[in-house]
Parts: sequence; structure tokens; C-alpha cells
Amino acid sequence: MIEVRNISKWFGARQVLRDVSFEVEKGEILGFLGPNGAGKTTSLRILTGYFPPDKGTVKIGGYNIAQNPLTVKQKLGYFPEHNPLYPEMTVDGYLRFVARIKGVRGKEETKRVNTVVAECGLENVRHRLIKRLSKGYKQRVGLAQALVNDPEVLLLDEPTIGLDPKQIYEIRQLIKALAGQKTVILSTHILPEVSMVCTKVVIIKDGQVVAKDNPENLTAQKGYVEILARAPKEEFTAYLKNIPEVKEVEAKMEDNFIRAYIHFDPQYEIRPKLTQGIVQSGWELLELRPRRKSLEEVFVQLVTKEAS
Amino acid sequence: MRNIWVILKRELYSYFASPIVYTILFIFLLLSGYFFYSNVAYFSLMSIQAGQWMGGDFTLGEWVIEPLLGNMSVVVLLLLPLLTMRLFAEEKRQGNLELLLSYPVRDIELALGKFLGCMSVYALMLFFTLVYPLLLAWLGRSDLGTFFSGYLGLFLMGSAFIAFGLFISTLTENQVVAAALTFGLLLFFWIIGWAAYITEPPISKIFENISLITHFRHFTKGIIDTADIFFYLSFIIFGIFLTLNALRAQYRRD
Repeated sequence: MIEVRNISKWFGARQVLRDVSFEVEKGEILGFLGPNGAGKTTSLRILTGYFPPDKGTVKIGGYNIAQNPLTVKQKLGYFPEHNPLYPEMTVDGYLRFVARIKGVRGKEETKRVNTVVAECGLENVRHRLIKRLSKGYKQRVGLAQALVNDPEVLLLDEPTIGLDPKQIYEIRQLIKALAGQKTVILSTHILPEVSMVCTKVVIIKDGQVVAKDNPENLTAQKGYVEILARAPKEEFTAYLKNIPEVKEVEAKMEDNFIRAYIHFDPQYEIRPKLTQGIVQSGWELLELRPRRKSLEEVFVQLVTKEAS
Repeated sequence: MRNIWVILKRELYSYFASPIVYTILFIFLLLSGYFFYSNVAYFSLMSIQAGQWMGGDFTLGEWVIEPLLGNMSVVVLLLLPLLTMRLFAEEKRQGNLELLLSYPVRDIELALGKFLGCMSVYALMLFFTLVYPLLLAWLGRSDLGTFFSGYLGLFLMGSAFIAFGLFISTLTENQVVAAALTFGLLLFFWIIGWAAYITEPPISKIFENISLITHFRHFTKGIIDTADIFFYLSFIIFGIFLTLNALRAQYRRD
């Protein structure tokens, strides 16, 4: 549905995007992660046609945005970072304006506005002025404006920022409900949000893609095994370090037991080997569990790797 | 093209939802009403005296319509930059332009919608002053033809101001800067005609013809010349052309 091929962008002499490529299939929700200033908003703006990339191409629904901007924009719903609205308008008036300008007119206009008002929970404030609304409601109006043309592609730039926990939960539910029907790119730096909502993750740093996968693989790759055993410490760690697939071992004494964290090459399955080896050496194995790193840990690792 | 209408309606909504239009309308009618009154009062005083001493060689056009329209044109020059300053500058400051440009709208539709929206407000301002020629006609002394050509000139000149202000407001997100630049540059185009008095014929002709006010003077005298209409129309088209280029240079670099 969305195809981003090798896009680069310079602001003056500063390069903000380097060869960014990724694709999103129909119905997927892509989490677009990165620290502040990594180029998330710039990438989204290129996708909306706000400015063109200096190199590379963007295709949405098979159409190149540089060649068919109006066709592509017809399919888009965009929620910009600062959620700009017209404060002097009523919610209803504003949504009707957006519907019309996106080409939703006549009977269809009223129908779509009614639908998004219900979906985003705006019934109670429908005829109020936008400037009188709370932050949470404004955020929902922003989301409603993105959804009003029933877009195939939804680009959301930090939609839950500044909301209270209940509102965050509601917005997430709303986004989750879109999975399968709409293709969504969700730019955020709130990581739990991604694990909860997204089916795919792209991590970007200094304008470059550093990881691209689904959340499960991304966290599993960085896995390790945790062991609790009764054994003499030196011999035990020496044994573990001798296993060729093992990369790193941390061990500490806990009363009479040893707790060890074993990092290994993710392409090998070392658990059977471990259990067998420990038992054959006459030690007692009390616990063995595979551990996953949280998305937070993976993210921090990826994003700080080159800097160190 | 329906998008132009959608943009235009939203512009009008914003104008009338804020106190801007009401304030400008109030000031415009107050000042032009005062000018109308004083011109008519002076005219009647003079024509009584003239009737006594010289015999009546005073025309309404020369003594009321021409000075009144001249005064109104100055007020328009002062007030229109305050209407045009928000057109793009406000959208930029609030970040709405980013969203507008993500909608399936052409730049030209955006520019024309905003231009026509502002022009409608200006037309409304002029509409209320139509009471002056009607009042004179009711009193039995009117020269509706001169009024008609004068209003046509005023409308064309104001529209040229608006097209220029539209362009300036794409250049900044600060409304005060937009208003100051629009007013200053329009005033410059206005007084550049004075340079004609201190230069020799081939050059003085140029100064005279690029001045905004020279072309307007013909209208107030009751002369509708296609050259003058053409001047203002090209000024408008040029303003919109600059607006489109400014948008493209800032956002659609390609």
C-alpha cells in the first residue's frame, strides 16, 4: 500500500533523511519510532506531499505522489504533530469543511461527518467552538478530520501526546479498531504504545532506518536465557563460557544458588544442550527460562549503539 | 473548482467569527460617512455663494464625487492590508497550512478561494456606502454615471491591493509584518506617480503609468478606459501569480 524507496532529504546543508526505505502492506499498522529529531515528522510530511524528497520515490496505493499528488491525497488522512485546527469554528462546521475539501459532498458529507463524530466520541461537543474544547477533545477532532474521508491510508504523528491515561487508552482502542481495514503509520516515541497497537516497526535514527521488523522478532532477536542452578560458581561459569554459541555470561550468587544470564547467538537453539550439560555434570538445575528484551531495551540499544 | 467555493466560504466564516471585519467596516463607514458629509456641506455652501456672485458653474462630480472617492481610496489603502494580513500568515502560524496542503486541493484553488473571500468582504464594505449616491439621487442631484465608474475603479483598485496583500502574507507567519509590508509597498506604488513631476517626458510617462493612483483618477472623473481596467486586472493576475510561486518556492520545491 505504501512504498517508500530510498528517500533522502536535505534542509540546506544538513541531511535529515538518508536513503530511507520501507513498505507497509494494506491493513498493517506500522509503528514509526525514533528519538526526537530523527526525521519522523519530515518523513511523514513527504508522504503527505507537503514537500518532495530530494531523492527517491514515494508510492501510495500504486500512485507516485510526485506525479499524481491529487489522487494520492484523496486516499490520505493526516494527523500532524501539533494538531492544528481552526479555533473559531464549531466541531461540526470544521468537519464539514474538511469533508468537502476532501471531496466528500452532499448526502455523503452528512453521513461521514455523523460517522466520525460517533467514532471519535464527539457527540456532546459537536456544536461547540473548537477553542472551548479540552485538549483531549481537540485531539479527537484532529483524528476525526483525518478519518472523515474514510481514507485508505492514515498517517498519525504522535496522536496521544498530552492526553490523560484514559484518553490515551481510548485513542489506542480507536487506532487498533482500524487494523485490517486501513493502512496506518503511527509515529511515536511512546514504546508500549507500539507493542500494544502495531504489527510492524520501523526504527529510525539520524535520518536512517536502523531496524525494520515486527515487534515479536525485534524483541526475540535480542533474547537471552536465565538460569538458576546449584553448582560451584567458577566451574559453572567456565562450563557456560566454553559453549561455542554463547556470547556472554553474567553470573551472581543468590544464597546458595547461581543466577546466570546467558546471551547467545539468536540463530541457535541452545536450551536442550544447556539442560543436558548441566545435569550430566551432576549439578542441579532449578530454573531455565527464555527471556525477551522489552521493546524499550531494544530501542535504546539500537538508538545509542553508534553514538557510543 | 468547487474547492474554491469551499475555501471561500471558510474564509468568510473566519472573517465574520472574529471582530476584524466588524471593526474595519465600522471605521470605513465612519470615515467615508464623514467625508461624504463634509464634501456635500462644502459643495452646497459654495454653490450658494457661486449662485450669488458668479453664476452656477459647479458640478457635483467635481465637488463631491471626485474628492469623496479620492478620500475613500486612501481609507481603503489603510484598511485593506489589515484584511489581507491574516490570509496565509495565520494559517502558517497555526500550522493549518501543513494540513491544507495535505488535502487534495490545488494551490491555485487555495489562492483564488482566499482572494475571492477577501474580495467579498471588500465588496460588502463598498456596498454599504452605496447609500451616498442613493441619497443624492433622492435629493434630486445626482450623477449616477460618474458614481458608477468611480465605484468600479475603487473596486478594481481594492482588488489589486488584495491580490498584492495575499502574496505578501505567504511570505511571513507574522501578521503585523504582513500588514506593514503590504501597506508600505502599496503606498510606494501609489506615490511613485509623483516622480512624474520631477522627470522628463519619456521617463515621467513610465512613473505616471505604473502608479496605482493615476489609473484610479480617470475612473473618478467618470472615464472608463480599457487601459485602466487592463492595468488593474494585470496587477491582480500578477499578485496571484506571485502567490503561487511563493507557495511553490516554500513548500513544493521540486
